[in-house]
Amino acid sequence: MENTTYEKVNAILSENNYNPHGLIPILQAVQEEYRYLPENVMAYVASSLGIPASKVFGVASFYSHFTLQPKGKYIIKICDGTACHVKKSTEIINALEKHLGLTAGRRTTEDLLFTIETVACLGTCGLAPAIVINDEVHGLLTPEKAVELVKQIQAKEANSSGDKE
Amino acid sequence: MSKDRKLTVDNIKVLIEDERNLLEVIRKANIELPTFCYHSEMSIYGACRLCLVEIEGRGLQPACSIKPEEGMVVNTNTKELRKIRKMILELILASHESACPTCVKGGDCQLQKLARRMGVTHIRFSKGLERVKIDESSPSLVREPNKCILCGDCVRMCNEIQGVGAIDFAYRGSNAKVTPYFGKELAEVECVNCGQCARVCPTGALYPKPNIDEVWDAIHDPGKMVVAQIAPAVRVSLGESFHMEAGTLTTEQIVSALRTMGFDAVYDTSFAADLTVIEEAEEFLGRVEKGENIPLFTSCCPAWVSFAEQYYPEFLPHLSSCKSPQQMMGSVIKNRLAASKKLKKEDIVVVSIMPCTAKKSEALRPEFSPDSVRDVDYVLTTQELALMIKEMGLNFSQLPKDSFDLPFGFKTGGGVIFGNSGGVTEAVLRYVSEKIEGQKNGNNNYVFECVRGKDEVREVRLELKDKTITLAIVSGLGNAKKLIEKIKSGEVHYDLIEVMACPGGCINGGGQPVTKDVCVKAKRTISLYDSEKTLQLHKPQDNPYVTELYNTLFKHPGSEIAHELLHTSYQARKNG
Repeated sequence: MENTTYEKVNAILSENNYNPHGLIPILQAVQEEYRYLPENVMAYVASSLGIPASKVFGVASFYSHFTLQPKGKYIIKICDGTACHVKKSTEIINALEKHLGLTAGRRTTEDLLFTIETVACLGTCGLAPAIVINDEVHGLLTPEKAVELVKQIQAKEANSSGDKE
Repeated sequence: MSKDRKLTVDNIKVLIEDERNLLEVIRKANIELPTFCYHSEMSIYGACRLCLVEIEGRGLQPACSIKPEEGMVVNTNTKELRKIRKMILELILASHESACPTCVKGGDCQLQKLARRMGVTHIRFSKGLERVKIDESSPSLVREPNKCILCGDCVRMCNEIQGVGAIDFAYRGSNAKVTPYFGKELAEVECVNCGQCARVCPTGALYPKPNIDEVWDAIHDPGKMVVAQIAPAVRVSLGESFHMEAGTLTTEQIVSALRTMGFDAVYDTSFAADLTVIEEAEEFLGRVEKGENIPLFTSCCPAWVSFAEQYYPEFLPHLSSCKSPQQMMGSVIKNRLAASKKLKKEDIVVVSIMPCTAKKSEALRPEFSPDSVRDVDYVLTTQELALMIKEMGLNFSQLPKDSFDLPFGFKTGGGVIFGNSGGVTEAVLRYVSEKIEGQKNGNNNYVFECVRGKDEVREVRLELKDKTITLAIVSGLGNAKKLIEKIKSGEVHYDLIEVMACPGGCINGGGQPVTKDVCVKAKRTISLYDSEKTLQLHKPQDNPYVTELYNTLFKHPGSEIAHELLHTSYQARKNG
């Protein structure tokens, strides 16, 4: 069980020559794999590199790039930079939170499909207000349009999971 | 002769020698700069900024992080510096739970002392405190994150000196905190309970877990016979808590205080240390003879035992199977005293007074509770004993002298020097040398100067008759780790290795009176060695009460009954 669980981590570790100085690239690759940094995986990385688990946790919790909670399959980055803010990005945030049942303290849906993040500026102020869903930019939005985008993804996911079963 | 290099501190010319930083040079001018995060034994961190000084031409610089240079003109006391220092303290205090009257560290707290020293009388900033749960999970230590000032002393101690890294900084900016991995509790992580973190913590954020109330309750319970055992290192440090010079020997006052407090008998852990020497030395000779499990590692230090169980399970067969003196004493008292006084084991309460926080968790190990009755019921640190004496209002320095109860209060010098790094080895050599050479060496010929010293890693080759014995004496678990790695790689070989978790040995334990004075450790060491000179006997095998115990109970070292009462076993606890 353990071997299969950590097979990918082992590959990452060996690509980095088990070098403790490469902790950050290792954690980045691990996060790429799991979409977050699970506790047991961090402990495994620590013991494999021969460094204290507290050190790994220290690095993982320091950088906002790393996340310690599982994130959704779809990460919705809502721009709240100056341009988007004056174009009422707050209303988009409120609408998406309401639609997905999320709050300021809870940013990921229970089915692990969606995570909402606000970001300072996406650099696409001409498209304000804008959001990015995974790597796709959606601009000139209204709260209704934003909710519609999410609904489309939900429908797609419902179909594909239905197919599987 | 090369020209002397000098710099100027507040108009005083100071010689630059081989100091690691400007701070150490300034200290030579008899100016004690305030600092939280500077400890000469650890790496330089430069976080607290209290040691800021003004260097002419270079502005304000933290003295801990600056190399002293010839001709530097340094001011430590300017209007600006005074203002900045006060401001730093105010900011620290604004995010510190100032519960001084009820804080365990009250009176010994560096933050409290510096705030008074710098004349901080009010704090302009509102408290932005988010209260965090107190971590009482560990049997040895308490963590109060609300009192942490993020100086990082504990983090560097645990990581750099002890090679454990049970705690570290996590999160960032105003959310930064010192915490075990993933916000777990201390008892859930690799902590070996050595308490060195608490020894360097400047505030009440980390401290030995108190057992004072339980002990008073036992004393006040008329149905219990309450006996004390005192570890060697306590007698040369307790006086510090009563304004006595560091290293003052207070054995007789301690006995007196304990009797007045209501203990029914007062014994000396050094008696059990004598017993440990005989069992361990015989075990060593037996292993040498058979060529089995050499090197032999000592096992008196519970933090070292936990460390070995956690990181080096493959070496567990090399650990001496002897219980530590504390546990041997507990076992002997519970068995012998119960029989002679016709008491049930549970009606005898054994309280040990130790320089150590790890002893608290050692006493709780399930194997030391045969028939569900603990061999050692409570462990008090030196600090806790000082508090109990103060609570009772005893004028410690003026107490009449008193002596230990027999038989378990009688010891030889060999059992006393256990508190110093190298002491166990020396005591074992006093036994082994006579065994190998087949003759008594006389009562005056007992010192093995070759195993003594300040270095935290010492190697000794000793010729005894036709045998050569190689020894290593190591203190500080980080040093132990390095030594074991060298053994694993085949670079070095030893017959006997003494490991003490705390740098310098038990005299520098995590439960000893708090001090920032780096000279204290050496004073305690010297005093403990000197204290032996007043004793009649020095070789554990000459202890008549130990001999009697062998004649009437154990028969011979390593016997079946000795194994039952005096030996133990270990288990791997490696995770991941």
